[in-house]
Amino acid sequence: MIAGSVFVLRPGLQTTVQDMGRWGFQSQGVPVAGPMDPFSHRLANALVGNPRTAATLEIALLGPELEFDDERVVAVAGAEFALTIDDGLAPHAQAFVVPAKSRLRFNARPRGARAYLAVDGGFDVPVVLGSRATHVSSGMGGWMGRALRRGDRIPLGLASSHIARKRRRPATALLEISPSPVVRVLPGPDGHRFAAEAIDALQSGPYIVSGESDRMGFRLRGPSLRHTRGADTISDAVPVGSLQVPGSGQPVLLMADRQTTGGYPKIGTVITADIGISAQTAPGDALAFRVCTAADALSALIARERQLMAVEAVL
Amino acid sequence: MATIVPHTRADVEAAMRDDFRIVPAGDAAVIVEFEERIDPLINARAVAMADALRASPQGGIRDIVPTFRSVAIYFDPLLIEHDRLLDRVRALAAVGPSRPGVATRPVRVPVRYGGAFGPDLADVARFAEATEDEVVQLHTSTMYRVFMLGFLPGFAYMGTVPSRIAAPRRSTPRTLVPAGSVAIAGPQTGIYPAATPGGWQIIGRTSLKPFDLERPGAALFAPGDAVQFHAVDQW
Repeated sequence: MIAGSVFVLRPGLQTTVQDMGRWGFQSQGVPVAGPMDPFSHRLANALVGNPRTAATLEIALLGPELEFDDERVVAVAGAEFALTIDDGLAPHAQAFVVPAKSRLRFNARPRGARAYLAVDGGFDVPVVLGSRATHVSSGMGGWMGRALRRGDRIPLGLASSHIARKRRRPATALLEISPSPVVRVLPGPDGHRFAAEAIDALQSGPYIVSGESDRMGFRLRGPSLRHTRGADTISDAVPVGSLQVPGSGQPVLLMADRQTTGGYPKIGTVITADIGISAQTAPGDALAFRVCTAADALSALIARERQLMAVEAVL
Repeated sequence: MATIVPHTRADVEAAMRDDFRIVPAGDAAVIVEFEERIDPLINARAVAMADALRASPQGGIRDIVPTFRSVAIYFDPLLIEHDRLLDRVRALAAVGPSRPGVATRPVRVPVRYGGAFGPDLADVARFAEATEDEVVQLHTSTMYRVFMLGFLPGFAYMGTVPSRIAAPRRSTPRTLVPAGSVAIAGPQTGIYPAATPGGWQIIGRTSLKPFDLERPGAALFAPGDAVQFHAVDQW
């Protein structure tokens, strides 16, 4: 049996192969990468019955047009693009079949910023340091270390089971996509380097996601956050979701392709359950922050996990 | 902070044990911070702690990242209980460095200094009020420590550059620094593993690859390594 492929007719703005990321090599300076919205990535995989380790396509802002050379079950989750197969409509957040030689097209995008296309069998690009994720700025992983271009042919893994046996899975789990979301943050780790009122200023937002925003991070414009001991620190590790504040007082939200270390104080960290919601904002959208407790963060994550497991359990 | 004035070995150890704090960085990472300065002994504690954590792997830990003066422990909050992780980290943080500041056999790095390979060597010489040869002499006579990796895959932050040649970053970063460039920024020195924009003062170039996926382990340097540069005329 020969695995199929997807041919790129139009690449979209920034379409990259992503899996759950390149973990375990940050001490070598290797960034994690992976999906900006891990929840929607995993949901798309679950909808087609893929294992969690399968690679999807992350589709940012402007979608691609792709031609499939064999019949595949696919699903799209995250940003709500209007989808068409040849001339017919295709559903959001639900598995559907793309017939052989058909074209899947991502059209208008009424809500959200980043969609994930999962294909039964996954996108089969080479594994680099344990991951298929594309890290754009270092050119590592994914398809030739870069976003897709017109004319690329991306190999697919073997479809995991016969298409006739695939159920049309319901879209029971959806991220609350909004153009002005409120995401929860845990204070720190560098709260002591900020003026006492800074954490209130952060929550007085909203911040606007600026045009200088990419997979590494979102530059935000809004209430200024004042340091007490200057903006330079000894470089330190920076988890995804870190709200790093340079001398300007305007925070930068560090996202999937962030470097492994950073040298500015971090006033707070967006909780794991809400990273995907942040990732669904586009330049010009508003993003507000609200401090929560560690217990809130854990229960939110468990709730998301339950949503995903409910979809994964439908077989 | 410890208040003990160290006299005996036990006092010194007690002082070291007290001198850290464990802070959450979101819900999926904790950071163990040692004293806030760049110092080989403090860095050695961070490296030792990272080594100790790696030596007894535990489910749910996704990454362990030693930096200048801290260790970040990334974990899956659904697989590991926060309090249990903290207990373990606390116990390990209390352990002193298992290896001294610079004791490993140095990695030797051949460098072609100056000319087209080191376009900022003249500027560094001006900063040092010395000849280019004297700058090279100072850069090669120092044994450096790898404090941490970051910025790019395989990029090692090394120190400590002799103060005389510790020229600050260029006021305008270069749009493209070639791979293998050996550079100085204040007390730090390093090798660019890949072509990238960069603001450090470029004094030479090496043929060594700091990051190579063909090499087992990929990165040439690890935190805690000793490094010595030496001048060559050809590779």
